[in-house]
Amino acid sequence: MRASGDDVLLQAQAWKDAGRTVAVATVVETWGSAPRPVGSHLAVDGDGLFVGSVSGGCVEGDVITEALDVIGSGTPRMLEFGVADETAWRAGLSCGGRIRVYVERLD
Amino acid sequence: MRSADLALLNAERAARRAVVLVTELATGEQRVLTAAEVPDDPLGTEIAARILSGKSGLVERNGHSFFLTVHVPPVRLIVIGAVHISQALAPAARLAGLDVAIIDPRTAFAASERFPDARLLAEWPDDVLPGLALDRYTAVALVTHDPKIDDQALVAALRADCFYIGALGSRATHAKRLDRMRAHGFQDEDLARIRAPIGLDISAVSPAEIAISIVAEIIGAMRKKPARAEALG
Repeated sequence: MRASGDDVLLQAQAWKDAGRTVAVATVVETWGSAPRPVGSHLAVDGDGLFVGSVSGGCVEGDVITEALDVIGSGTPRMLEFGVADETAWRAGLSCGGRIRVYVERLD
Repeated sequence: MRSADLALLNAERAARRAVVLVTELATGEQRVLTAAEVPDDPLGTEIAARILSGKSGLVERNGHSFFLTVHVPPVRLIVIGAVHISQALAPAARLAGLDVAIIDPRTAFAASERFPDARLLAEWPDDVLPGLALDRYTAVALVTHDPKIDDQALVAALRADCFYIGALGSRATHAKRLDRMRAHGFQDEDLARIRAPIGLDISAVSPAEIAISIVAEIIGAMRKKPARAEALG
């Protein structure tokens, strides 16, 4: 069973239709007690405005920064976050889990 | 992701149909598959299993990694009858993650004061159900005690192949209901899909207990024999 109202992708489409640049981030893999399930989305526009969540707040800041790069370059990127990773010092998952996030531009 | 792919994805979701985005992670190459297109896809078997579970995830094939973003419609519950049980059933079903709508043409029952948070339709089922487009991801609970109202929804639910159809009433009441449905042309195998008396047999007494037994029965219908199984035809 899943909760209703998965509207991140509708927002992404609305932003794009309104002429804004958009990137979509998707959780593709999790280990341990990751806060958001595989398939969760976060959409970011060119100004850094975002909807949705990939980690319940732990690493959103880094995902948005990377997403703005992806909007600029157009090249998809795979991000990894977790306690075993160096980025944990900067933006780690407080729960001790690890996640991989795929970030792509909406063309 | 191509805008056209996202638009197709969102259109299928809006129409309450299963849809999958396949992404080859090394190249970023993508395709959107509607439920009808899944069987002909090279990853069709894996994708069909994913739609069944409703879970997104990675698939490895010939050294390539593919991510499957799986979208299945949210399961919803349509309650026929704005009765005492429904006042407990609506919040219990929402707690379990279901979208809930309540239909009852009797305006004294379908009063917003009695259902402050619910989507309430004070109409006859025949008038509003076509607009709600019943489908295999829809559960229907018939609790009005009034065959004039219940039967309209029961006919629609049977025709739409709703994954759960529960009907309140004693065995004698249900026997009469089955006779009326046979008169509508339904066969015994269709009628066997109606769960009556409604709810898991936990000797529920109060409206809240009955509501919980109904929600539990719906969860069982969804998990044991997933509504999603038939989505691929």
